[in-house]
Amino acid sequence: MAMTGVLRPGHAQLRVLDLEESVKWYTDVMGLVPMGRDKQGRAYFKTRAERDHNSIILRQADQAGIDFFAFKVLDKTTLEDFDRKLNAYGVKTERIPAGELLGTGERVRFKIPTGHTIELYAEKKDVGNGMGYNDPEVDVLSGPGIRPIRMDHALLYGADLDGSTKLFTEVLGFTLVERVKMEDGKTDLAVWLTCSAKAHDLAMVRHAEDDKLHHVSFQLQSWEGVLRAADIMSINRVSIDMGPTRHGITQGTTIYFFEPSGNRLETFSGGYDHYPDMHPITWSWEEVGRSIFYHDRKLNDAFLGVVT
Amino acid sequence: MASYRTITIAETCESYRCLQERSVLEGMEALGRKGIPVGCRRGGCGVCKVQVIEGQFTKRVMSRAHVSAEEEASGCVLSCCIRPSSDLRLRIVGAMKKNVCHSPAMAAL
Repeated sequence: MAMTGVLRPGHAQLRVLDLEESVKWYTDVMGLVPMGRDKQGRAYFKTRAERDHNSIILRQADQAGIDFFAFKVLDKTTLEDFDRKLNAYGVKTERIPAGELLGTGERVRFKIPTGHTIELYAEKKDVGNGMGYNDPEVDVLSGPGIRPIRMDHALLYGADLDGSTKLFTEVLGFTLVERVKMEDGKTDLAVWLTCSAKAHDLAMVRHAEDDKLHHVSFQLQSWEGVLRAADIMSINRVSIDMGPTRHGITQGTTIYFFEPSGNRLETFSGGYDHYPDMHPITWSWEEVGRSIFYHDRKLNDAFLGVVT
Repeated sequence: MASYRTITIAETCESYRCLQERSVLEGMEALGRKGIPVGCRRGGCGVCKVQVIEGQFTKRVMSRAHVSAEEEASGCVLSCCIRPSSDLRLRIVGAMKKNVCHSPAMAAL
């Protein structure tokens, strides 16, 4: 599949209650690389393996949650094209000038029907992964902290799930990979969408309150890496929500856990590849437990009830 | 020497002992006890809200989306963000009102 249009999740800006405590935690426990702070005081991070300048931005606030989630698109022409398509679809967009986020080009910002702020951008400074572009060594990602490969996807909660799904699939070129139906067998409770060949780049769950975050997810190398992450979480008394276990949906192995302000994060590994010709997988209401937590085969209270 | 405080949940009159350096919520969980709903344990989600009726505690920052400054001042706080400095009596305020059984999105169907 030729990769055009929306390439991948690019950055997430999270609200934290204590910036200094969070910076220390994202550095020491998550093992992310601090990439500086801007004039507003926001703190920037990337994973060691990521090549672009930043993927996680922390903003000090009096409540937890997500400010915006962004996707990188192929190039500036593609960005202009999506801006036009969004406007034609009836979505108002706003231009955020280059440099407003460190190392990041112009962004097209808009609200989706579930109330979340989404951004598209084409350019982010290539700072490299430290291995260089000529004759590189393998980075075994050694050292303290979890050290994930990349910020991989997010799960967002809001009311108009159908509206947001339609926008992502019809305007931004995402494909439906899996979904869970509600009791009536018709209404979607949740959808997993991809803009690539990953099992998901974005997931969404129907929820009474708009603009809520369930989790931002980081990819690990292996199931063993997931267990290593769990050990690091216990050593550091990280609040674990669920896992290590496996999802029925995407079949990835996972831990759900909470960062110091209560925003849920995930470390995961695996999951199958999806191509746009593949038939979406549908889960029934009766099997929702197995779809989310394959081994427990039931939801925990927190899955549908605890968000920021 | 470990120092314990006794936490009493007023509704059920159940009590458990909690290390002074542990949050009231994690102290409950560590003993496998139940009563206060458990969420993120880090002050962000609001599900473990309690009203402290008696006793002293120290606290860390908690989300204003769930606890106003006035509430915080009156001892209506997230139990994951307080550590007991004396024995405590508390009442559960936060319910898991958004869980699968009670979600308005579900109820609407």
